[in-house]
Formats: sequence, structure tokens, C-alpha cells
Amino acid sequence: MKKINLKVKLGQRIILKNPVVLESGCFGYGEEYRDLIDINRVGAIVTKTITLKPRAGNLPPRLVETAAGLLNSIGLANVGIELFLKEKLPYLKKFSTPVIVSIAGEGSEEYLKLVQILNKEKIAGIELNISCPNIKKNLVIAQDEVETFNLVKAVRKKTELPLLVKLSPNVTDITRIAKSAEKAGADILSLVNTFSAMGIDSETGSPRLGGVVGGLSGPAIKPIALRMVWQVRKATSLPIIGAGGILSCNDALEFIIAGANAVGLGTAIFVNPHAYQEIITGLKKYLFRKAIYDVNELVGSLHEN
Amino acid sequence: MLQIKAEIIENRELLSAIYYRLSLKAEKIARVSKPGQFLHIKVNPVGPPVSHGVNQEIFPLLRRPFSIHRVKRQNVDILYRVRGKGTEILSQRKKGQYLDVIGPLGKGYKLPDKGAKIILVAGGIGVASLYFLAEKIAPPPISGGFTPLEGEDRRRGVTHFTILIGGKKAENILCRDEFERLGGEIKVSTEDGSLGRKGLVTDLLSTFNLKPSSVIYACGPMEMLKKIAEIARSHRIFCQVSLEEHMACGVGACRGCVIRVKRERYKRVCKDGPVFNSEEIIW
Ligand SMILES: Cc1cc2nc3c(=O)[nH]c(=O)nc-3n(C[C@H](O)[C@H](O)[C@H](O)COP(=O)(O)OP(=O)(O)OC[C@H]3O[C@@H](n4cnc5c(N)ncnc54)[C@H](O)[C@@H]3O)c2cc1C
Ligand SMILES: Cc1cc2nc3c(=O)[nH]c(=O)nc-3n(C[C@H](O)[C@H](O)[C@H](O)COP(=O)(O)O)c2cc1C
Ligand code: FES
Repeated sequence: MKKINLKVKLGQRIILKNPVVLESGCFGYGEEYRDLIDINRVGAIVTKTITLKPRAGNLPPRLVETAAGLLNSIGLANVGIELFLKEKLPYLKKFSTPVIVSIAGEGSEEYLKLVQILNKEKIAGIELNISCPNIKKNLVIAQDEVETFNLVKAVRKKTELPLLVKLSPNVTDITRIAKSAEKAGADILSLVNTFSAMGIDSETGSPRLGGVVGGLSGPAIKPIALRMVWQVRKATSLPIIGAGGILSCNDALEFIIAGANAVGLGTAIFVNPHAYQEIITGLKKYLFRKAIYDVNELVGSLHEN
Repeated sequence: MLQIKAEIIENRELLSAIYYRLSLKAEKIARVSKPGQFLHIKVNPVGPPVSHGVNQEIFPLLRRPFSIHRVKRQNVDILYRVRGKGTEILSQRKKGQYLDVIGPLGKGYKLPDKGAKIILVAGGIGVASLYFLAEKIAPPPISGGFTPLEGEDRRRGVTHFTILIGGKKAENILCRDEFERLGGEIKVSTEDGSLGRKGLVTDLLSTFNLKPSSVIYACGPMEMLKKIAEIARSHRIFCQVSLEEHMACGVGACRGCVIRVKRERYKRVCKDGPVFNSEEIIW
């Protein structure tokens, strides 16, 4: 029997055993899933987004289920970089799986400080969560080509670590932001983050989320996320981690065919912590059945007329 | 904590079609469950453990949390009320089907010290987790062979507890017989007076001679718990409450199910709770 290759390379230095990545914010600091997910078996993990100072997060309620989706307004609740390095990262380093640390800051100075701290750590890469507002200019970095370029460029100068940029879908043309990130020196693109969304309780007339507006994830966003991955694939040559509503192996295949080199699981982890395993098994079966044998050959293989 | 495909042994309607008791064969979960902990259940059926059937049902998308109601050898039971779509779908599940279950989750009730005067207060479906607690406090008589001791005789041998059960109407009062079998003293209140004392269960609690040696365990709607916390506070009584919040992961990873607390600002219901000391909560 011919051996199936699931190994993928993201850029020069991140090598994944398989293309399944656990996405930021949905896997906590890993330890929470100790009993349910074998980290050694997943392709890579991205930590909850870490900020310079600890953040308590937004007012509850923070979660609402919607049609085939999940609305959340967590507000980047996290322990802050200091405690993260002391108490959370050591656990994740025990595994053979690449650990990518997601960071966010209020303004580029905070990003740069975080990067300088992380430069000393043995991690596989840094992912910039740029879906946060630049308070001074009153705009979201990920929604502005120039802001994205400037931030990525500034960070690029300060680190040798592989640099991932996580794109927001809340833009008119995601390819322009993707190109900005590429030009500024990003190594890998991660997309998409959640879609800006809200819910209202008509009985009480109040918003369903404490933060009023939150982010939509899950199967509801899959077709849109897929379209964005496909567009970005055509617009840049960077490796892509594609995410947005992937629950099953078939979902994962769609993203890979559209052009994702790896696929990210977010909401799926909540729905079914075993999803990663089922997707890996499913990928192997599919590749065997199609006599393709190497998952990399499937990337971006969409038949277009 | 495990994720398993558990076979449904029984999913039976109680009284009217609003309450159900679901029995799952889940030996590994049964062995380690503690009162106050919960199960996170995907209500859509899955194939048996050997099948590769993946649960890709997207409606409802998320799991639903339910307190562990009872553990009997290899079976774990939950007691639930049909509220919305998820619980309605759950109520349609049949014996012999399988459910994808994660559990046991969360931090349960801290068991009382010896000699404490134990008061359990349940509002509606709140009896679910309190029954499991009562079983731990006052183990049920061993069945078969002999008739268990009755009333006072029985109470002398085991820890005594009182349970107050409140509901809107008589049909919302569950598990009376079960608590009786454990030798508990049972008091009931209904808002319409159709069973027991007319009024709220918190009014019933206020009529009690509460001493600092009492401990209160409460599970029910938020307004009820809030009042109980006030009563406990004014009598300087140690009180534990079981809370609910909407959940996604159920294991402490997403930080979505938080409640406001005095010290750390927020705590996660799924991991730091669902049972909390009433004093730590910002009501
Ligand atoms: C720790 C814990 C233990 C619980 N134990 C029990 C129990 O033993 N018996 C029982 O009948 N119910 C229990 N509940 C409540 C139960 O989880 C909800 O009634 C159920 O999720 C409703 O789902 P639905 O789809 O029918 O309702 P819908 O209203 O359609 O649900 C929509 C969304 O709201 C959430 N939701 C609705 N009500 C609640 C609630 N009260 N708490 C948390 N999330 C809610 C659902 O999970 C879902 O995401 C418990 C809740 C928690 C947090
Ligand atoms: C509860 C929750 C918390 C999240 N937190 C973060 C975060 O801290 N940083 C980040 O970059 N993305 C975060 N995300 C976005 C996910 O990583 C992912 O990009 C998005 O949910 C889409 O994928 P999905 O549909 O598979 O969940 C979060 C998503 C959810 C549902
Ligand atoms: S439900 Fe995710 S932290 Fe509690």
C-alpha cells in the first residue's frame, strides 16, 4: 500500500505532521483539553491571543448560539504575557507539535514589546491578531491596508521567528489586506477570524451579548470563509491556514482544494473535541481513494474553467 | 473527563411531557462523577462506538450542559426539562441510540462537615443535582433482602438533611419520593398553592430556625439563588449555589461562561463552578 503523506510545510520553518491546526481562542492554553485532545497528534496549535497586560474580558453574556453558528464576545480575556510564559507555555512545550503564539496589542508599541519578549522563547511562530482597534486612529488594523502593512513591517524588523498574520473577514476586499501583509514580510496568512455580528432578544429588547457586537463563527460562515481563502490563494503566494466553520473532513477538503495549505478548527473543538482525529483519518482515506497520496498536491487544485 | 459515545438505557417522560429522565450507560464517567458536576451532551444521535460516524449535525450546533442527577453502577442519569429546541430533540432520543457525551465536568459541591445541619433548597429542575448530593450525604438503603429502616430509626444511622422544593405548580415538584427514600425531611412550596405551602421556596427557608451550624446547598433559578444568598449572609451560614451560564467548550478553554465574582472579577461556570460559595458572587 502506498504511503499517504499528510506532512505540510508552512513557509521555511514550520513543519506540520498533518494539516490540522487548532485555532486561537478555541483551545485555550491547551491544558484545558488535556484529557480530550492529544496535542502530539495535531498539526499545530495556536494559543489564545495574549496581550501585554492580563485582560478580564467583556461583560457577560459572552456566548449565544445562532443558526449553525456561535456568536461570541469574549473580549480577549487572557492571563497576560508574564503569566502565560510562566504558567501556560511550559505545558505546551512538552509536545512535539509546533506552538504558535497569538498576540494582540493596543497600538504597535505593545505588539513590538510582546514580540521582543517572545523572541527569547522556543516557539514555532508568532501570529498577529490584527482584528483589534488602533485606539488612537479609531480603526481596526485588519481593516486598513496601510495599518496592516506598517504593523507587519515593524514586527518583521524585530523578529526572526516565523510570522503569521490573521486576517479579518470584515473588509470589503480581503486580498488587499493579504497583499499588504505579504509585502510587509509576513510568512504565513491565517484566515478568517470571526465575522462582526450581533443578536437581540426581542422579548426584553436587549442585545444578547454583553459586548453588544461580537464575532460569528461556525458552519454559518463556512461558505464565505471558503470564498475568501480561494481569493487570497489567487492573490498571494504565501502559505495559508484556512478556517471558518470547518467541522468535518469534507469541510477541510473544500478549504484545501480552494487553496489552504492547512486548516484551522475553532468552533469545531467545542462541538466535537475529537474532530481533529476524524478529519485526519478522513483525509487519509480520501487521498487513498483518489490516488493522490500527498495532501500538498491537493492544495489549490480547484478545477476552474 | 472523557468524551464517549454512551448508549441510552432509558429516556423517560416524568409526570407531564416537560420533564425527562435520561439514563446513559457510561461506566467510566459513572466511576468518577461527583455531586454538582455536569455532562456536556450533543443531543443529536451518533453511531455506536465502533462506527466512524462523525457527529456533523449542525442543529443544534453546541452541546448542552446537564447536571449529573444520579449514578447507579455503570449508569449516569440526568433529569431535564424541555426548554427549547435542544432539549426537545433530546427528548426524542430512544433507548438503544447513542449520544456523544463529555463528562464529568466542573467542580461539584463541597461535602458538609460532620454534624452540620444540612438544608438543600431546590427550585424546579434544581432537584437534579441536589439528589446526587443527598445520596452522598445520606446513602440510600441497600436494596434487596430486608426492608430498610423507616423514619426516625433510619435517620438515626445516617446524616440527616432537609430539602425544600419549590415550584410554580404541583407538577413542577419533582423527586419527592426519591428524597423520602433517603430519609430526608421534605418541605414543599408552590406559587399557586397546589402543593405544600403557598408561596416561594425562599419564604419557606425564611421560616426556618437557621443557625450558623447550618449549611445550605441551593440549585434553581437565579432570582431564587440570589435571595438564598442574602438569607445565608444575614444568618452567617455557609451556602453553596449551583449556577448556569451559556456554554461553548464546557472545559474552561473559551472563557465564555463567566459570572461576575468579587475577587478575580470573572469566574468560569464550567470550570471554576458550576458550584460556588454564595459569598463570592456579585449578585
Ligand atoms: C452547569 C449546568 C447544569 C444544568 N443542569 C440542568 C439539569 O440538570 N436539567 C435541566 O433541565 N437543565 C439543566 N441546565 C440548563 C440546560 O443546559 C438548558 O436548559 C439547555 O441548554 C437548554 O437548551 P435548549 O436548546 O432546549 O434551549 P434553547 O433556549 O433553545 O437554547 C439556546 C441556547 O441557550 C442555552 N441555554 C438555554 N438555557 C440555558 C440555561 N438555563 N443555562 C445554560 N444555557 C442555557 C443553550 O445551551 C443554547 O446554547 C443546566 C445548565 C448548566 C449550565
Ligand atoms: C470563543 C472564541 C474565541 C476566539 N478567540 C480568538 C482569539 O483570541 N484570537 C483569535 O485570533 N481568534 C479568536 N477566535 C477566532 C477563531 O480562532 C477562528 O478564527 C474563528 O472562530 C473561525 O473559525 P471557526 O468557525 O472554526 O470557529 C475565537 C473564536 C471563538 C469562537
Ligand atoms: S464554556 Fe468555555 S470556558 Fe466555560
